[in-house]
Amino acid sequence: MTTRAKQSQIHVIDERCKGCSFCVEFCPQHILYQTNETNAKGYQVVRVSEPDKCTGCGMCSRVCPEFAIYVETPDGKQ
Amino acid sequence: MKTTAIARIGAHPLDEYLRTDRLPHIWCPGCGLGMILGTVLRAIDKSRLDIDRTTIVSGIGCTGRAAGYVKLDSFHVTHGRALPFATGLKLANPNLKVVVFSGDGDLAAIGGNHLIHAARRNIDMTVICVNNFIYGMTGGQLGPTTPEMGRTTTSRKGNTEKPFNIPYLVGAAGATYVARWTTAHVRQMERTFIEALQKKGFSLVEVISPCPTYYGRMNEQATGLDQMRYYRYNSVVKHFANLADVDISLDGQIIVGKFIDIDRPYLPAPKGENGK
Repeated sequence: MTTRAKQSQIHVIDERCKGCSFCVEFCPQHILYQTNETNAKGYQVVRVSEPDKCTGCGMCSRVCPEFAIYVETPDGKQ
Repeated sequence: MKTTAIARIGAHPLDEYLRTDRLPHIWCPGCGLGMILGTVLRAIDKSRLDIDRTTIVSGIGCTGRAAGYVKLDSFHVTHGRALPFATGLKLANPNLKVVVFSGDGDLAAIGGNHLIHAARRNIDMTVICVNNFIYGMTGGQLGPTTPEMGRTTTSRKGNTEKPFNIPYLVGAAGATYVARWTTAHVRQMERTFIEALQKKGFSLVEVISPCPTYYGRMNEQATGLDQMRYYRYNSVVKHFANLADVDISLDGQIIVGKFIDIDRPYLPAPKGENGK
């Protein structure tokens, strides 16, 4: 993995997550996991295990059907 | 584009295009519709279309709900009539970019005739046909795209009818751009949507989407994730494949890719071109 000037950051909007775990499956770095934490609707939300490993590819944001996860990269949001 | 400039800190980058007060949406966990809608919005953003001149038309069904979630001019019309409505919209105001976002039950079943005639007339619009093999909203009945031997609530022992091959159908009717992807191909889908939005003429992109609640559960793919894995490992990219061979079977391979990309005269004819 290449070193970057600034780290990409993953944001999860808990109220929107429905726990389908598409992002967990499709993250190329495998740094997302499903927790036992539940949101107001009772769905198990997703968290990041190793934030430093995020490359900012934006795959999690693209596969999320709920508009609940996005990445802030040094170049902007995706 | 104003997206990056306006987007609030702590907000999803697509929030500018969404009616966020309606989120979370009604689609089931594991449904692919949100992902396809997000990809369409990303493609609209990346194509730098004027969002005041872009409209989304959708019919009835789970997919039809999309019109209610986007913050563009959107129309939620009667069952099967998304294409005639969009045709009228385009002919009355040729400056609009018309996107039809509807499901297989809406476009290929009740609106089947409109689909072939819109393709035959080559009306300049982009059609996104979300194919989940079933009538999801009404309880999972057998649809015209259910694969042979696919089990549904109204075909408990398996479907005995031959399903529609949508790319073949619209290709034969004269569409100028036809492609198919599954929800496991988000990046390819985004590029194809951008191409389809720029294409002059009738362009149709069929997107295979999971419906775990009614289709997956009855066909040994109980969750959306199971269906996504199936699409991921059983899809074969074959651009410009022979359309007669792109049928979808219950356990077979899904042939995806761009199938048709041609140019022919379209409606409404551009002013100043075509010798007018």
